[in-house]
Amino acid sequence: FSSSSAEKLSRPIEKILIANRGEIACRIIRTAKRLGIRTVAVYSDADRDALHVKSADEAVHIGPPPARSSYLKATTILDAAFRTGAQAIHPGYGFLSESAEFAQLCEDKGLTFIGPPASAIRDMGDKSASKRIMGAAGVPLVPGYHGSEQDIELMKAEADKIGYPVIIKPTHGGGGKGMRIVNSADEFIEAFLGAQREAAASFGINTILLEKYITQPRHIEVQVFGDKHGNVLHLYERDCSVQRRHQKIIEEAPAPNVMNDFRSHLGEAAVSAAKAVNYHNAGTVEFIVDTASGKFYFMEMNTRLQVEHPVTEMVVGQDLVEWQIRVANGEPLPINQSEVPLSGHAFEARIYAENVPRGFLPATGVLHHYQPVDVSSTVRVETGVVEGDTVSMHYDPMIAKLVVWGENRDAALVKMKDCLSRFQVAGLPTNINFILQLANHWAFQQGIVETHFIERYRDELFVDPSNSDLAKQSYNAARHVAALLAACLLEKERSNGPLSIWYTHPPFRVHNLATRTIEFEWVSEYDLNNESKLTLSVTYQPDGRYLIETGEECPGLIVQAAQLGSGCFRVEADGISSDVNVAIYTKDQIANLHIWTGQHHHQFKQRLGMELADDDGSLDKPRLESTSHPPGTVAAPMAGLVVKVLLQNDTKVEKGQPVLVMEAMKMEHVVKAPCSGKVSSLQVSAGQQVADSSALFKVKEEAS
Amino acid sequence: SARSSWRSEKSLLRQSRALSIGVLPDGVDRTSEAYEANSKVMEGLISELQSHIRKVMAGGGAEAVKRNRSRNKLLPRERIDLLIDPGSSFLELSQLAGHELYEDKLPAAGIVTGIGTVHGRLCMFVANDPTVKGGTYYPITVKKHLRAQEIAAKCKLPCIYLVDSGGAFLPKQAEVFPDKENFGRIFYNQATMSAEGIPQIALVLGSCTAGGAYIPAMADESVMVKGNGTIFLAGPPLVKAATGEEVSAEDLGGAVVHCKTSGVSDYFALDELHGLAIGRNIVKNLHMAAKPGNDVVQQAAREYKEPLYDVNELRSIALADLKQSFDIRSVIARIVDGSEFDEFKKLYGTTLVTGFARIHGQPVGIIGNNGILFNESALKGAHFIELCAQRKIPLIFLQNITGFMVGSKSEANGIAKSGAKMVMAVSCAKVPKVTVIVGGSFGAGNYAMCGRAYSPDFMFLWPNARISVMGGAQAAGVLSQIEKANKKKLGVQWTKEEEEAFKTKVVEAYEKEGSPYYSTARLWDDGIIDPADTRRVLALSVSAALNRPSEDTKFGVFRM
Repeated sequence: FSSSSAEKLSRPIEKILIANRGEIACRIIRTAKRLGIRTVAVYSDADRDALHVKSADEAVHIGPPPARSSYLKATTILDAAFRTGAQAIHPGYGFLSESAEFAQLCEDKGLTFIGPPASAIRDMGDKSASKRIMGAAGVPLVPGYHGSEQDIELMKAEADKIGYPVIIKPTHGGGGKGMRIVNSADEFIEAFLGAQREAAASFGINTILLEKYITQPRHIEVQVFGDKHGNVLHLYERDCSVQRRHQKIIEEAPAPNVMNDFRSHLGEAAVSAAKAVNYHNAGTVEFIVDTASGKFYFMEMNTRLQVEHPVTEMVVGQDLVEWQIRVANGEPLPINQSEVPLSGHAFEARIYAENVPRGFLPATGVLHHYQPVDVSSTVRVETGVVEGDTVSMHYDPMIAKLVVWGENRDAALVKMKDCLSRFQVAGLPTNINFILQLANHWAFQQGIVETHFIERYRDELFVDPSNSDLAKQSYNAARHVAALLAACLLEKERSNGPLSIWYTHPPFRVHNLATRTIEFEWVSEYDLNNESKLTLSVTYQPDGRYLIETGEECPGLIVQAAQLGSGCFRVEADGISSDVNVAIYTKDQIANLHIWTGQHHHQFKQRLGMELADDDGSLDKPRLESTSHPPGTVAAPMAGLVVKVLLQNDTKVEKGQPVLVMEAMKMEHVVKAPCSGKVSSLQVSAGQQVADSSALFKVKEEAS
Repeated sequence: SARSSWRSEKSLLRQSRALSIGVLPDGVDRTSEAYEANSKVMEGLISELQSHIRKVMAGGGAEAVKRNRSRNKLLPRERIDLLIDPGSSFLELSQLAGHELYEDKLPAAGIVTGIGTVHGRLCMFVANDPTVKGGTYYPITVKKHLRAQEIAAKCKLPCIYLVDSGGAFLPKQAEVFPDKENFGRIFYNQATMSAEGIPQIALVLGSCTAGGAYIPAMADESVMVKGNGTIFLAGPPLVKAATGEEVSAEDLGGAVVHCKTSGVSDYFALDELHGLAIGRNIVKNLHMAAKPGNDVVQQAAREYKEPLYDVNELRSIALADLKQSFDIRSVIARIVDGSEFDEFKKLYGTTLVTGFARIHGQPVGIIGNNGILFNESALKGAHFIELCAQRKIPLIFLQNITGFMVGSKSEANGIAKSGAKMVMAVSCAKVPKVTVIVGGSFGAGNYAMCGRAYSPDFMFLWPNARISVMGGAQAAGVLSQIEKANKKKLGVQWTKEEEEAFKTKVVEAYEKEGSPYYSTARLWDDGIIDPADTRRVLALSVSAALNRPSEDTKFGVFRM
């Protein structure tokens, strides 16, 4: 109360509350720490022990796991900022980052919102309003007709004007209902009427809009930045065309196969878009590029720092979070447009917990093993988790972003593939192998990307489980890798074994070589339902190596393994030695074994112990017949009290179904039907004392 | 600076000399004719040995093995491999017992015995081989079983019996059943060992008929495998003959009957793997760790150095011609840690080599022959044994001995008295003793050097070994003189040819009976080993023998 609000504004930010979680929270904390700014994390119950909480100087609990009760609760978050004395809030991406109300609320309460003005968020948040503003500012829009006049002749004329192919969409609704792609003028009328009917039936409103249909679109976006003094510049573009489920998986900067003047036109258009809404702070203007015509059109503007901002940082050599904070402090942009460098090429791969063969469905689970690649000046790993963390259903299943930089696109791609093959995650399914597959695809290598990339090359990107040649090939590869894995496990066992002459290596046999059998179940990544059993026969060689035979038709392999570090081995097989990494975790009496060799990651399972069911039924037959009772009679297993009779005469019973309960020696004993049939001759009732082996009831087997 | 480095080199040299006291020299001339000849002969002996072993490892033959597999049963060595700790060693004993002993081939005497670890605990395994004569007990089978129990009792090793046997081999019942060291002794041993707290565990993996039924019945704990394991005093045919009752083997004495009704067995296993897993668990729960000084894994957990010289060269040191001699130190140099051997009384009684060393970190006293035993050698031997007994150091005997010195001078010096001192010392010393015959073992030398009669904890032979009361030629000489005298008394003429034929016969008999195969077939030892394995076998044997708590030695009356 002693300081006026003017004083508050003039003071630079000294403490930031990060209204986010995961990798982006960690990312922001890192820059803040470098700038000497203290940080406050917020967390839900699910994130109590999360990395972002541990990384921040202070942390405030804000509610239960669901985002709407925690990370989306503006008032709670503002309260956390007040309680900790934070002067500014960084919203990250997602959650409250594009909430104009939240930005406004921050400003109203005297907190600095590290992001654009609320008005810009509002303007860009409304799709049709933003297009109107962009159109007025001269930013190219996808040609189309959005008028309320729906006369069929007029619509046809509009379609002709746009030029085919044209897409017909109902103005209301979604999910592709009523959408039609019209390839030529003579198809128009029929398609239009069909769309109207379907829209009316589905949404009750049959208003239709027309847009140019772009057959091979690319998704290219431009990073823009503005300060509070009216300066706006762009930091070149990113290509985010390769997507699945409308989410990006690989992004790169700059966009491949793009001419320099196209690049500068794109940049200028993006700057115009930002200026049209008086933008400041970080923003991204998304364009759709028609690869056929080479034209680009405004799609939308994201008024936040994007997930893929690091690829831009890598090629322009700037820290965008630092820029955000400085701009929020009221500083002018540190450089002008002509000073923005563009150096080399960067990729970002988003590593998700997901089930690739099951349509990229998000996966949850525990990161039993998590060892990202080593970071350097050219390799970044943006992550918010550590080994042992859980990827829960509450939030985005992204595990990490791998960002690499190279002198040019080819060099960066080589590096990314290498990093991906070394990126170790075990415990839940990931898309790493799939991204590798993508990165190895010829079209991707040449930079021929478009938003339908995965659909288009589906057959080349996915292993077809029904292809028996491929299946055989991958099975054989798995057998080879299983032999390497076995050698690593034996080596590990050896080095961890007790230091005793009874456990020397190789184990001693009199006039013989020690042998053992190791069994694995191979878990094929692309055919989750198929686990195939591998039986490996190992013979310890006198020189300490292992002869490993994986099957009759397969020649034995002499393998030598040396442990280099925890989980890291040097393995020599067939004259080739190489580094492999092994991770093991146990779940439900099953050891899950992961091995990374070269570009491949294989998973195996090994049953520990056995199901020690004492009983397969043969033991638990009630004493059916004793000599004194007729067949089918169930006799009391002991002397005792009948506590409860559960069924009555003539009731049908299944084998094993409880019929009555007895008590003896303070223990209850359930007497079950020995076979399926009908209960008869039930001679006892509750409260009755019965002698050992006396007849209780009969079960008559029914002729079926 | 050149000078100072020269000086430091010199001081280093002095230092290393100081450290290398007791390091044995190589002692082998690889260029000598003898080396070459020995290598060649030993090569032949080892390949002969290995061909015998291969046959033994094949068990009762392909057909029987196949039949065994079809019943979901493993072979005895496979069963043991699954019981012992993964990647650990197994010291199998007397693999060639029963070798050419009967008309029937009886590989490994139809029973696999040996020592291995389960959950870090040393155990004795006794596993019937059902592929060999249905696992029935021939006399030698009984002997091998009893020998395993003897070792177990002495070393206090829990016994795990993998039972799969049709009981006594009835045609030879007279040699199997009635005597003290016969079939009944197995159960006597189980009872007395159990009384001493040495766990007796039976895994019933196959039939357990008649007398065999007592193995699980006498065990502390027993496991039965459903379907395969049966226990009964009389099988279904006998029952039918005796009482007319018709009953299946499973209903008569299967796992369900014995685990649920009779209580003859304690653990019900669904299959063999399950049964073996239960077996491991039983050992895990023995809780013998509670007994002090009883953890073999800890006991041997010392760092050790390998010998400086190649152990495989032992194959070339072993003599092809036992009349030749070699320095036993070249053997010692290849079996002890770092080839370090601190010799005791090196200059006195030089035909006996005595000294201290370590094998895989375990301190041992070694006694080896370097020629005929003289008075001094015997006294030195007795002295050294006394030392080791007092300090509780295990003794290793490396036998290559033709005997004590004979002749008037020797007798007058009291060689019998001196020899008796050494025999007294050997007999009474309570420390672990392991004997390896690396050459000849003749006469009283065998006694003084801890031959079979002196109950070494373990005894092994090299393939070139020879054991007999005296050499064949000497025996032929003695016997022919006696025969000649007898003939003379009867006035029978003995031609030179007849005498030669007589001698040849004696020599041949001695040759046959002195062979290591003849010995090992009859269980006069615990196995023939490859000389190159000597270090490992000794290390394991000593470790097993050290499983028992150390005892104080009390000697008898030494004739002075």
